[in-house]
Amino acid sequence: MAEAVMSGVRAPAARRSSLRAIARRKPMIAFMMALPLILLILLLVVYPALYSIHLATLNRSMKRFVGFGNFLFLFKRDTFWMVVKQSVIFACTAVFFKTLIGIFLANFVHTIPTKGQRKWRGMLMVSWVIPTAISSITWFWLFDPSYSAFNWLLAKFFGTAPIPWLGEPLWARFCVILVNIWAGTPFFMIMYLAALKSVPEQLYEAAAIDGANWWQRLWYVTLPMMRNIISITVLFSLIVTFANFDIVRILTNGGPVDQTQIFATWAFQVGIQGNDIPLGASVSLFMFPILGVSAYFILRGVRRRSQEI
Amino acid sequence: MAAAVETASHIRAARRGSIRGSRRKALFWSYFFLVLFVVIFLAPPFYMLITSLKSSGEISAQVNPWWVFHPTLENYLGLLTEPNFVTFFRNSAVVSLCVVAISMLISVPAAFALARMKFWGSATLATGVFLTYLIPESLLFIPFFRIFAFLRDITGIEFLNHWWVLIIVYPTLSVPFCTWILISYFASIPKELDEAALIDGAGYIQMLTKIFIPVALPGIIAATIFAFTVAWADFLYPLAFTTSADQLVLPVGIVTTLIKGDVYNWGQIMAGSLICAAPPLIIYAFLMDYYIAGLTAGATKG
Repeated sequence: MAEAVMSGVRAPAARRSSLRAIARRKPMIAFMMALPLILLILLLVVYPALYSIHLATLNRSMKRFVGFGNFLFLFKRDTFWMVVKQSVIFACTAVFFKTLIGIFLANFVHTIPTKGQRKWRGMLMVSWVIPTAISSITWFWLFDPSYSAFNWLLAKFFGTAPIPWLGEPLWARFCVILVNIWAGTPFFMIMYLAALKSVPEQLYEAAAIDGANWWQRLWYVTLPMMRNIISITVLFSLIVTFANFDIVRILTNGGPVDQTQIFATWAFQVGIQGNDIPLGASVSLFMFPILGVSAYFILRGVRRRSQEI
Repeated sequence: MAAAVETASHIRAARRGSIRGSRRKALFWSYFFLVLFVVIFLAPPFYMLITSLKSSGEISAQVNPWWVFHPTLENYLGLLTEPNFVTFFRNSAVVSLCVVAISMLISVPAAFALARMKFWGSATLATGVFLTYLIPESLLFIPFFRIFAFLRDITGIEFLNHWWVLIIVYPTLSVPFCTWILISYFASIPKELDEAALIDGAGYIQMLTKIFIPVALPGIIAATIFAFTVAWADFLYPLAFTTSADQLVLPVGIVTTLIKGDVYNWGQIMAGSLICAAPPLIIYAFLMDYYIAGLTAGATKG
């Protein structure tokens, strides 16, 4: 894809001798224009990322090289395995439901007349536009043990006893995932809505004439046409959800007893609050494999998609 | 023969009727679920608004929490007279505006160079930009924390616990994506335009300012919105790097200082939250289409 993008204005420039002088200077100018970006990537992304690998091999006071000592130490701790398990549950469940609800919502918005679509899309996007930290604190207040507005509704309509939303491990896990789904679904909806618009209308007409119902049209026409964009969005969201910090930090702060802790929040607790920077760096590095695999497939998907276009 | 034709047209009419019927059914269920989801999705922001209009007496009263019976603006007035909150807002605004400016200054020329001019390693760099965008902040905050302490030892400048440190780190979140969507916008501009400009004797800088920036303005708006929202909403970096009350930005300030102690002043917290959520919401209300176009272009083209 980059190749296609890059095939610039070579041919006409070569044709005209007056332009040749400019053309000769071109790579230099281009490099100077991209230099701030290159510096930013090297100094503020690549260097810290490599430095965190180096940090992970040091002991707590950062004076002595311990090799894989930090990782071996983590492998022996139950909390670490709990964090791994919870991160996987958190990311996979959230991404699954975000995809599912996103596809349905995009379909609903796509079904209604074009005139009203903008309005509905706008209303559904609010949860995504509000800064996550801010919406998390609102949810925290909605889950408040004594004044929970949800418990009031449940008691009023179903007579249910108050639910300890963030107080019990199982409910707390449910809540952090719920808030993540709430905040992330609109992104999926937007991406799928854009993909839906690019599906040729004739396919649906043909399907309708063949007597396909709503489900069949979704399953046999829409989903195959959107396969690529779905996979890109899912993988991208997998990275973002795995690396999530705000929601868990604000809602439960990892509690009760570290049951909702995920990689980012635990790394923060160990590294910044517990003042063990090498151990924190080791914890956050465990996000790297999932990141690398997803990135590889996203890149492949984007390349393939740009070839289709 | 005639009978056969008649039955065929009957069937066709019936089927057309059933298509119209299924269309009506699809519409009904679409609206039904849209209303349902809009209610679910808007419940928390609605509750935010309701709570922000309540006095602390009404918040603790045993009445319907989803409605405000005696609306008051005392929470908002209280926040505006609270020096800390004004500082948070100012810090957030200054940081976000600086990050937008820096992101644009870096990503517009870089995207132009990557989209239109070939130089050694440019293809690798384009891929690198995308990969950088995928690196989450939760992987970088610990090394940054250490690097800042390290830089202090060398230069004597204290980086940690100063709001301006965010201006240094936020571009790592905004620039890669801004560059990425701008590449796809610039690449979609017809090459004839720059050929014409070159023939007319324009340099590359003029080509960028006179042609690319005006033509790709929707993309630049999308990138600006992205940079602003990232800088305005981020929580992890300010939480890790700033601690004193006068150095905090809005999200961290609201979450950490307004909740201190046993007294949760929920009315004020929700009022502050609403003030913090307002700028992005207002921007999206007006410029949503640009942003969505940029977002989908970033993932589908490129």
